[in-house]
Amino acid sequence: MNNSENKSLVYSIKDLNLWYGDTKALKNISIDIPEKEVIAIIGPSGCGKSTFIKTLNRMVELVPSVKTEGSIHYKKLDIKKAKVESLRTEVGMVFQKPNPFPKSIYDNIAYGPRIHGIKDKKTLDEVVERSLRGAALWEEVKDRLDENAFGLSGGQQQRVCIARALAVEPDVILMDEPTSALDPLSTAKIEDLIHELRKNYSIIIVTHNMQQAARISDKTAFFLNGEVIEFDATERMYSNPKDKRTDDYISGKFG
Amino acid sequence: MKNNSVTPDEKQIDRRIIKNKLAKGVFFLGTLFGIIVLAALLIRIFTQGIAYLDFGFLSNFASRRPEDAGIRAAILGTIWIMSITIPVSLILGVSTSIYLEEYAPRNKFTRFIELNLANLAGVPSVVFGLLGLTVFVRLLEMGRSILAGGFTMSLLILPVIVVASKEAIRAIPQEQYDAAYAMGATKWQIIRTVVLPAATPGILTGAILSLSRGVGETASLLMIGAMTFIAYTPASVLDGFTVLPIQIFSWASRPQAEFQAVAAAGSIVLLVILIVMNTLAIIIRNNYSKRY
Repeated sequence: MNNSENKSLVYSIKDLNLWYGDTKALKNISIDIPEKEVIAIIGPSGCGKSTFIKTLNRMVELVPSVKTEGSIHYKKLDIKKAKVESLRTEVGMVFQKPNPFPKSIYDNIAYGPRIHGIKDKKTLDEVVERSLRGAALWEEVKDRLDENAFGLSGGQQQRVCIARALAVEPDVILMDEPTSALDPLSTAKIEDLIHELRKNYSIIIVTHNMQQAARISDKTAFFLNGEVIEFDATERMYSNPKDKRTDDYISGKFG
Repeated sequence: MKNNSVTPDEKQIDRRIIKNKLAKGVFFLGTLFGIIVLAALLIRIFTQGIAYLDFGFLSNFASRRPEDAGIRAAILGTIWIMSITIPVSLILGVSTSIYLEEYAPRNKFTRFIELNLANLAGVPSVVFGLLGLTVFVRLLEMGRSILAGGFTMSLLILPVIVVASKEAIRAIPQEQYDAAYAMGATKWQIIRTVVLPAATPGILTGAILSLSRGVGETASLLMIGAMTFIAYTPASVLDGFTVLPIQIFSWASRPQAEFQAVAAAGSIVLLVILIVMNTLAIIIRNNYSKRY
């Protein structure tokens, strides 16, 4: 996976600083994120990894006291100049806790296409099926699409949320600890799914679980106190970390 | 028993058990008192009024003779007033709560407004009647009409609807907003597709409960000059009106014993309406409440 330097970039981040009120949460972050790879963001709690991925689709702006500096380019487009609505159509997101809407499975998946103006029933049917297949959930739910999504298990709910994100046909999927609320079996299914998804999507995933990062990612960024300590191919970083702090974290000395 | 031990002696345990039983007794008596008063009220009203309760009572106008007296004008008046109050208070109340919860900046001014909304909900209805008299009846020259009554009633229940709607909106978890925002929804789309569907049961429950307060409301409408005797069917919102509780009040204040019974019959009708409305509120709350 060392040919990533030749790939085009989805994100190019330069000197990103972020404050919550007076607290500085991200410090001078400059990294380039290549296309169609799985990027894992690891680090101890409160190191800014969730904040970081929320800057990528500007969800972080929902926090009233937030202030950012520096630049984030999404495929050469300065995201500060983009309309958030169109940016978030290209950059989907899956959250820590499964958060389906209290609607039917079908309506959950069709939510995104509908808010973007698609009304045609046949098109919606196709999108729903394609998205659920994409999230490896179609076979489990195809006979009960009109049932409330809350009736599904936690792992299935999380895959509904992934399918919902896929339905607006994004290029990038941000995942904020998507398996931290799930049991090991559901976690394994989501990890398999991420393996499938990386063929067509760029995935940036925050995880608490270092083994998970090792299993699923091509590259890993290690965050500590709002800084990127190390960003490298996952194999190289796990076998031969350059920074002492990365080594300490990976070997479980803290965190 | 050992000395210096934290283990209590038997006597101490017995005292605690007695206190425990005593507490249960006090709370039971408190509840019993309420039930007895309610039962006494119902028995008195029903034994007194049931004899006058027939179809004629519902379809006749008020009359000088108790056996001919009916609540037609009062029921129609209540319906007219409510047909103004329901849309006005719901539209204004829900808009206000959405603005305060979704758009208003979280600053001192917003908090000041929210605090005063809660205070307004506790203002006596006579004061609202005075406001209605000054603003609607005199300043806007609506006269002592259904229109003025409906607007006054809307003001009266508006704070309660706003507070209930705000609670319903606030109960929606942030994760629901995040999910919609992350797919590129605008704020208005989120309000329409996430907030309103989730908050509607709570909003309706609050609205029905406050409307049932409005149905029984007397003082504010007396202030703006509701009549006590009407022998015609109101034809427009500019006509005079009376409502059920005022009709009951006017009968009950007459000296003849027969009119006391007629008032009781009117109370039964009012009670039935209130019970139906409150039951509706409970059904909506139970059937549509969402768990996240």
